[in-house]
Amino acid sequence: MTASTGEAVLFWCLAPLMVVAALSLLFARKAVHAAIAVMFVMVSLAVLYIAQEAPFLGVVQVVVYTGAVMMLFLFVLMLVGVDSSDSLVETIRGQRWIGVLLGLGLGVVLVGVVTQATFPPATGLAAANAETNPVGLARILFGDYVFAMEVVGVLLITAAVSALVLTHRRRLTPKRGQREIADAKVAALPDGGRLTPLAAPGVYAQNNAMDTPALDPQGRPIEESVSRILRIRGQERTAESVLEPGREVLDEHERRRGVLVPRADDADEHRVVAAPQTPPQTSTEEG
Amino acid sequence: MELTNYVVLATILFTIGATTVLLRRNAIIVFMGVELMLNATNLALVTFARIHGDLTGQVLAFFVMVVAAAEVVVGLAIIVSIFRTRRSASVDDVNLMKS
Repeated sequence: MTASTGEAVLFWCLAPLMVVAALSLLFARKAVHAAIAVMFVMVSLAVLYIAQEAPFLGVVQVVVYTGAVMMLFLFVLMLVGVDSSDSLVETIRGQRWIGVLLGLGLGVVLVGVVTQATFPPATGLAAANAETNPVGLARILFGDYVFAMEVVGVLLITAAVSALVLTHRRRLTPKRGQREIADAKVAALPDGGRLTPLAAPGVYAQNNAMDTPALDPQGRPIEESVSRILRIRGQERTAESVLEPGREVLDEHERRRGVLVPRADDADEHRVVAAPQTPPQTSTEEG
Repeated sequence: MELTNYVVLATILFTIGATTVLLRRNAIIVFMGVELMLNATNLALVTFARIHGDLTGQVLAFFVMVVAAAEVVVGLAIIVSIFRTRRSASVDDVNLMKS
């Protein structure tokens, strides 16, 4: 029995593409490209299985390999980092050429054996697939290979549990919950810590951007309300650029900024960010 | 077309997979090479099942798929745990037991 013409066309279309895609495993720089190529090879294999009177295996190939295994590969690639490229340093000298030589040798030997061997005339699966392919497979699987089937089930459970155990991370430090974080914040108060979250950046009638500081109840800009990154880069805007100039609090603020006096030392400071040496003083000025 | 062509394709794919395992350093690509080898044997098994008119080859290919799935789960878990401790997915960096 030889394959039909349609099958031959299918084979000669798919086989070169599959070999090229498989070769990208060897030559692709990025692991993601290799993974995509391998997925193509696996889907093509599923097509070949269906062409070879094994529709059940073709479906299983798509579901298990491209659906589960390669997705798992992609997940791990995302965990490990997509751009984790190969190092080009040879740990064993001449390893690359030895590897190429061994691969070529293996290929020559295998192809030589296959092409030289005489196979019996192909019978085809028409008789075996008389009651559809899955039924025929099930008769063998649950008839002759029941024990192997159950062992494989145990193997799968073991693999799942082992993956859990392998990727389990033991907690080395006690869990830092809400209470611990609150306690730490209160404990850091004398050293200049703060209890409340940082203020949000300023929202004004004509301006609402991350780089303008908000105003505190006294009408002075709060420096911490602008993102630390913007402040380090020097990309923050002064509150003056959005508010009308000439306000006395702003002038005072700008004057202070010029001499870099920490706000905690101000006499009219309301907030509890004072250093431990200077007790916070309250004032009734400006409310 | 003779069915032998399928077996030749399977051997070529197997060779590419084996060469990948020998040449690449990225553990994940090496692992994909192993998968390619398993797939190539599956293709050979399915072809032989067709040549001999016996479904046992397909049953064996099915078992290979199941075992490969289990192997992938364990292997990728090992790769992830190695990456966590050593910050590298290269097979050359796993040399803790050397000397």
